[in-house]
Amino acid sequence: MESLFGKTLDQLTKIALDNGLPKFTGRQLTEWLYKKHVTSISDMTNIAKKGRERLEEKYTVGLSQPIKVQTSSDGTKKYLFTHGSKRFIEAAFIPDDDRATLCVSSQVGCKMGCLFCMTGKQGFQSHLTAGEILNQIRSLPERDQLTNVVYMGMGEPLDNPDEVMQSLEILTAGWGYGWSPKRITVSTIGIIPAMKRFLNESDCHLAISLHSPFEEERRKLMPVENVYHLHEVIATVKEWDWTRQRRISFEYIVFGGLNDTPRHINELVRILNGIKCRINLIRFHPIPDTPLHGTNEETLQYFKNRLNEKGVLCTIRASRGQDIYAACGLLSTKELLSHEQKDY
Amino acid sequence: MLYPCTVLKNESVAPGVHLISFEKLFTFNAGQMVSISMSKNGPKRLYSIASGDSESILSVIFDIKPGGALTPVLAMLKPDDVIFCSKPQGSFTESVEPAFWIASGTGIAPFRSMFRSGLSNNKTLIHGGRFLHSFYFQNEFIIMKNNYIRCCTQETGPGIFEGRLTRYLSEISLPGPDFKYYLCGSAEMVVDTRDLIISRGVPFKNIISEIYF
Repeated sequence: MESLFGKTLDQLTKIALDNGLPKFTGRQLTEWLYKKHVTSISDMTNIAKKGRERLEEKYTVGLSQPIKVQTSSDGTKKYLFTHGSKRFIEAAFIPDDDRATLCVSSQVGCKMGCLFCMTGKQGFQSHLTAGEILNQIRSLPERDQLTNVVYMGMGEPLDNPDEVMQSLEILTAGWGYGWSPKRITVSTIGIIPAMKRFLNESDCHLAISLHSPFEEERRKLMPVENVYHLHEVIATVKEWDWTRQRRISFEYIVFGGLNDTPRHINELVRILNGIKCRINLIRFHPIPDTPLHGTNEETLQYFKNRLNEKGVLCTIRASRGQDIYAACGLLSTKELLSHEQKDY
Repeated sequence: MLYPCTVLKNESVAPGVHLISFEKLFTFNAGQMVSISMSKNGPKRLYSIASGDSESILSVIFDIKPGGALTPVLAMLKPDDVIFCSKPQGSFTESVEPAFWIASGTGIAPFRSMFRSGLSNNKTLIHGGRFLHSFYFQNEFIIMKNNYIRCCTQETGPGIFEGRLTRYLSEISLPGPDFKYYLCGSAEMVVDTRDLIISRGVPFKNIISEIYF
């Protein structure tokens, strides 16, 4: 049966009309789904009983609880959700003083094949629907503590733009969860057409996976560079105004002996000149069979300090949840997919 | 920006797989791709160019995705129909160094372009497919003789390696450190192949990948 959860006001209004219910039932449905948090259609008591019965013949609310949770020594929790009967996704809950961030997945697996990413190693299995993306928030036991949501879990969000944009609409609309877009960050490796759409249609923050300012080097780390070149990504970013509340950040995993030199610092400063942004330096969390290794702490601090001295705001992101494989680049459900090897 | 182009030919090269050829509006480098749409503002998808850089036409190969927004319509195109095509883009382009060209399925497209552009001299092409009909353009590549390897997982045939292309690669000795490896196809193939050859000592800097998404 089709899920109601994850549908927009327009979609729910159409469902109401198609099933012989009044137009205002669409708004009633949004209130039950996104404000009153019901788990069954029969609980939507201000909708006529016959109307509820008609909806129940075709629809379900469509929520699913996490089936497993792992807790890190630093308090980070990794939740496992099912997708259909045989696939799985992960979401990472990261509490930090007065902030609590949820890192959500947008796909089962990923097509992008970045050399440093564990999710990429499982290949691509499926896109998530808006409902499945939002269910990671809705069904989180710590839902009421959340201050921020980041689309940085499994998958490339802007390779699934329709569902990601729909989930953002529901998260931020007054009839939906009513979150400020300033509490939401969407990460991308730079799929330019979808990035333009995101920038036009949403006010949420944007994070771009950079990892090298040199295109020839970046394409060895990130195959997408062969399609959408970094200079085009940066030129696109420069078309938008970042001087107000909306923020842009660049994610930079620092690899030892590869992208941690003064030459890289200088080039980062050059290409980001004119953009009010932040660079988040990320420690590399090693994955199996990787030829890469992280830089040392001394170089990491030097890298950060030099960028700050040169006027580029730069911070080092704390590694969280590494002991439960919840840290950046480590989410994967490949082991649970052993029955599903794609042929080639 | 998309530009209207007249379709010249639509050929079925295997069950559910088509090669469409249309006007060439811009020059390109073998290995590049174009965005294609049925209208100026309609849904568009990226396709690697499958024709040679000196040919007068531009061709792309695709498999029909049931329920897809574009490929079922593309498959119905006839000569003189109009489609919309971008300028060529991308940097999955050839170098003169000796290299393996490794493809799965329609990931063969950029290598056909390179082949038809006269770049196959010091190359070995390895193509993976599920069925014997999955080796698109094999009648052309066959002149590469021992430097053309077909790896088939579901069927057997003369001159065909039985199994995945990763198995083939794990069974041969790999050449020296100057060799480049160009990979094109599904994420699964690219990631598995990359992991395998890195584990066999190939520097990751020698691997250039293009993943279909």
